[in-house]
Amino acid sequence: MADLTELYQQTIVEHNRSPRNFKTLGHPTNHAQGDNPLCGDRIDLQIELDGGVIKDIGFQGSGCAISQASASLMTSAVLGKSPAEAERLFRSFHDMVTGGADAPADPQTLGKLAAFAGVRQFPARVKCANLAWHTLHAALAADPAPISTE
Amino acid sequence: MTTTRQAPSRSAASGWDLARIRADFPILATTVRGKPLVYLDNGATSQKPRAVIDAVSRFYETGNANVHRGVYALSESATAAYEGARSTLRRFLNAREDREIIYVRGTTEAVNLVASSFGRLKVKAGDEILVSAMEHHSNIVPWQMLAEQTGATIKVIPMNRAGELELDQYERLLTPRTRIVAVAHISNSLGTINPIKQMAALAHSRGVPILVDGAQGAPHLVLDVQDLGCDFYTVSGHKMFGPTGIGVLYGRAEHLEAMPPYQGGGDMIRSVTFEKTTYAPIPAKFEAGTPDIAGVVGLGAAVDYLAGLDRAAALHHEHDLLAYATTRLATVPGLTIVGTARDKASVVSFVLNGVHAHDVGTIVDQSGVAIRTGHHCTQPVMEFFGVPATARASFAFYNTRDEVDVLVEALQGVRKVFG
Repeated sequence: MADLTELYQQTIVEHNRSPRNFKTLGHPTNHAQGDNPLCGDRIDLQIELDGGVIKDIGFQGSGCAISQASASLMTSAVLGKSPAEAERLFRSFHDMVTGGADAPADPQTLGKLAAFAGVRQFPARVKCANLAWHTLHAALAADPAPISTE
Repeated sequence: MTTTRQAPSRSAASGWDLARIRADFPILATTVRGKPLVYLDNGATSQKPRAVIDAVSRFYETGNANVHRGVYALSESATAAYEGARSTLRRFLNAREDREIIYVRGTTEAVNLVASSFGRLKVKAGDEILVSAMEHHSNIVPWQMLAEQTGATIKVIPMNRAGELELDQYERLLTPRTRIVAVAHISNSLGTINPIKQMAALAHSRGVPILVDGAQGAPHLVLDVQDLGCDFYTVSGHKMFGPTGIGVLYGRAEHLEAMPPYQGGGDMIRSVTFEKTTYAPIPAKFEAGTPDIAGVVGLGAAVDYLAGLDRAAALHHEHDLLAYATTRLATVPGLTIVGTARDKASVVSFVLNGVHAHDVGTIVDQSGVAIRTGHHCTQPVMEFFGVPATARASFAFYNTRDEVDVLVEALQGVRKVFG
């Protein structure tokens, strides 16, 4: 069961049980829906952008523990950040779980998101971990405001 | 207990030598993550006996040539093997004639063929196509595509909470506008065995033909399409111990003869000019292009293998596994079985309270257990039972009670992870 505890870190189990930012927003500026059609994971994400930062963020959804915990931890991680900072975090996270070039040398630099480092050993579950982030990317891309290049 | 699996001969079915049967399937002796493979995903695809693997290899090593073309010895023997397997499959299904056996890629292609070809022949705007609430997407989507093209509508035979079709409703849904009934022999996600003979008789009493999706029927049941009274029956070779990529559409000759071709190309023609093509008689009319000859040879070998088994004892053993698994799974805290029809094949779908099926699948995989998790290509069934997904153990005649025990033990591990 050693491998399993790598995947189902305490943080992940806990965030699945009590997801953060599991809510709808009163005044969302951006939103997107993410689906993993083959497994039925679903995330509805709302963002309130204000003054160039993610002022509030909330999600609703259903699916496996990995997908729901990832949405919970993603929303916590990007709250208060600019879209550009959020996208950088997405790249680091994505590469951490897929073994890509932008993976941080030390996953701990990603804080609580490091809990997903073990997903790399479970290729079938990578899409579960990434769903919330792809949904975030889609929500930010739909931003009607001019895209900042920093 | 995992340690008792060295002696897998325990079976309630007398005369069923489980150890000998398992020895016919090389993959069953392999390990996964250092544990013996416990393969409980037979509804997705079955494993292959040595006889099938060898037949395919032998064909490529000593028998390979194209069929229906060459005048040389090798092509003649390949053609004989290809057409000989057609007779084997005709006997397997108890069709009247060899020409009622059409080789296709599998059930999906078989349903698409009928929806497209029979649909073009018979279905018009305002007509109705009757499918059941428990159909696999492959027996829904091709009919929806036909309905979109023609302006026909899809009607759905409802089911009860046990996962049994409501036959009184079925009878009411058979109207003068009904052009075809399409229903699964056995539900892949619930295990329900549908009363096909009765449903076919009802359809025929209204002059409506019936297509039976036999993807899950063929691996479990002894088949007789004449006794069932169906007009079309579809088979996927890979689910009945044959190779992937090959299957059969059985169709009554009178239908197949009236139906237009599905695909055009070589082998399906009588003569071609740029002005007009005339088509070959059935079955060639529906077999355009070079077919999966090695697949056909392998499928024939799978049928021969099944014919050498005591099918009644195999089915008895599967029923024992179903009963044993149903009882044992009920001991897992928070587990609910989805699909409790009285007449069921050896398929057990279940949900664990508070744990998503994909997490269940990943966790039992650590014990070498392969089960299917998800919606099983039956999203309307999941919606009906109000679950996003289920885990499904589907048994073949080579599975053992000990393997059920490994699954149950692995499911206890789910609670260790999720508390």
